[in-house]
Formats: sequence, C-alpha cells, structure tokens
Amino acid sequence: MRRFREQVQNTEGGTDLIIRTSVRLMVPFIQLFGLYVIVHGHYSPGGGFQGGVLLGSAFILLALAYGVEYSKKYMSEFANFLTVNIGVFIFVGFGILCALVGGFFLDYGAMANVFPMPLPEWRYWGVFVVEVGVGMGVMGIMVSLYWDLASAGSRKEGL
Amino acid sequence: MIWQLDLIILALVVICALAAINVRDLLGASVIFGVYSFLMCLLWAEMGAVDVAFTEATVGAGVSTILFIAAIFRTTRRSKD
Amino acid sequence: MKVFALLATALTGAILLYGTADFPAWGDPESPASTHVSAYFIETVVRDTHMPNLVAAVLGDYRAYDTMFELVVIYCAGMAVLAVLRGARS
Repeated sequence: MRRFREQVQNTEGGTDLIIRTSVRLMVPFIQLFGLYVIVHGHYSPGGGFQGGVLLGSAFILLALAYGVEYSKKYMSEFANFLTVNIGVFIFVGFGILCALVGGFFLDYGAMANVFPMPLPEWRYWGVFVVEVGVGMGVMGIMVSLYWDLASAGSRKEGL
Repeated sequence: MIWQLDLIILALVVICALAAINVRDLLGASVIFGVYSFLMCLLWAEMGAVDVAFTEATVGAGVSTILFIAAIFRTTRRSKD
Repeated sequence: MKVFALLATALTGAILLYGTADFPAWGDPESPASTHVSAYFIETVVRDTHMPNLVAAVLGDYRAYDTMFELVVIYCAGMAVLAVLRGARS
C-alpha cells in the first residue's frame, strides 16, 4: 500500500491526488475486463468491438488523469500506429488467406486444407482471430481519436 | 418485458432528448446526451438485446461523451442559437 | 422557419407512428423474422460453428463482410480526424 502511494505521489502530471489515485486503481481492472470481453465473446455478450473500446477507454482514462504525455509512455505513437494497422490487417489478411488456400473470402472452413481440424472448430477459431483483429484496431483508433481531439492535433498536452 | 419499467425509461428518454436540444451550455448538453445513451442501453438490455446494450454503454455513454467533451474544451462552450 | 421545422418534424413523427401499427407484436413467434431467418440460425449455428453465442457467430462468420467494413469505416474515421487536425496545424 505504501509503495502504491509513493508511486502515485511521484508521478508528474495531473492535478488532483484523488483522481490520480482512483485512476491508478481502476485502469488494470478495466484492461482485464476488456481482455475478458474479447476472449469470452463466443460465450457471453461482447466481442471484439466492445472489448476494444474498453481497452481504449482505459488508456483514455490514463490520459485524462495524467495528461497525454504520460499516457504516451505506455503506448507510444508508433505503437499506436502499429496496433491500428496490424488490427485491420489481421482481419483483411485472414480473409484473403482463406481465399488463397482454396475457399471463398472470409470462409474460415477452408483453412482445414492447411491445418487439419474439424470444420466447425476452424470456424470457431477463425471468428476468434477476426475478433482479436477488431479489438486491436478499435483500441488504437479510439486512443488516437482522443489524443488528436484533446490536444487539437499537437498531441502534446491534453485537457 | 415489464411495461411499468418500459414506461419510466421511455419517458426519461424523451425528457433527456428534449433537454439535450434545449440546453444552451454545450457541455451540459453532451452530459445529458450521455445520460440519454445510458437510458437507451437500459432499454435494450431490458428488451433482451444484451450485445447492443453493451455496445451502447461502451461507445455511446463512454467514449463518445469523452470525445464530445474534448472537442468542446478545444472550441467553445456556448452555442450560437 | 421554426414553425415550419416543427410542423415537418411532427408530420414525420406521425407518419412513423402510423407505420408502427402494422408491426408484429414484440417477440411474436409468428412474425416473418422469427419464422425464416431466426429458425435457420438457431438450428444450424451451434452444429456448424460450435459457438453458443449466436450473435457472435452471425457477426463474425455469417456476416463477416459487415463486420469487416465496420472496422474499415472506423479506420477511415480515425485517419480523417488525424489528417484534418494535423493538416490544420501546419
């Protein structure tokens, strides 16, 4: 507990101690819940889009409480750029890969020609891969939108 | 579907929509719009569309309100009309 | 002008309310949507994809085009905001 308090007091940025402390407490749980929503989307409500927005909103919360500069320590602009493009690329690339190995575009069952698994299982895991792509893309885009809107394009200081 | 709950939520949705149009302060309007989104989320969850309710709660009430507030802080808080 | 806008809004709302009179009741098992599409998905989704959540199966597998272009639309929105705000600064 003391280490946590020192960590909060020693980080620069932000103004209010209460907001900084509560954000530091909340962010890991929000990220854990976002990952759970993405991974467990086959069984419960949720999926790539909602989980991606939750993961992005954790970073937005960090940027709100500590400033845009501080949140860039955890996800740099280049990492954000990479996340967005890899996320979209996973979705489209997986669809094209399915077409290349002998099926239709986004026909996950065709992947059984490459790696033998029952057809329903391949459709199950294909949806999982696609949802991870959606989650990565949406997370990066939400953070990038907030950075741009809150700092009027400079990405230096937020609200 | 419980009609009493439905009636309360729908009435609050209409009130929130009218208030969001009529409020002069844009910050207040965006906060009321977040409340409206959350009430729509409750309505959808009550009708059994939990996936749509989840999307509305995260995107409509969460991120879009923050983006509105960020845009308002960088422009102006007062509306023209 | 405001009176005209109010009149147009009220007229559109009245037409829409009149249109809802022909809708099937909420959760009606005899409605067209419940007799063709829903029945097909309920019968085949778990057998064909092993996914208990029908919504995730429809969004990710049967209607994957829709989800893909949803992601592309959001990507374009992010790129447009980046281009406009960065361009306005320089």
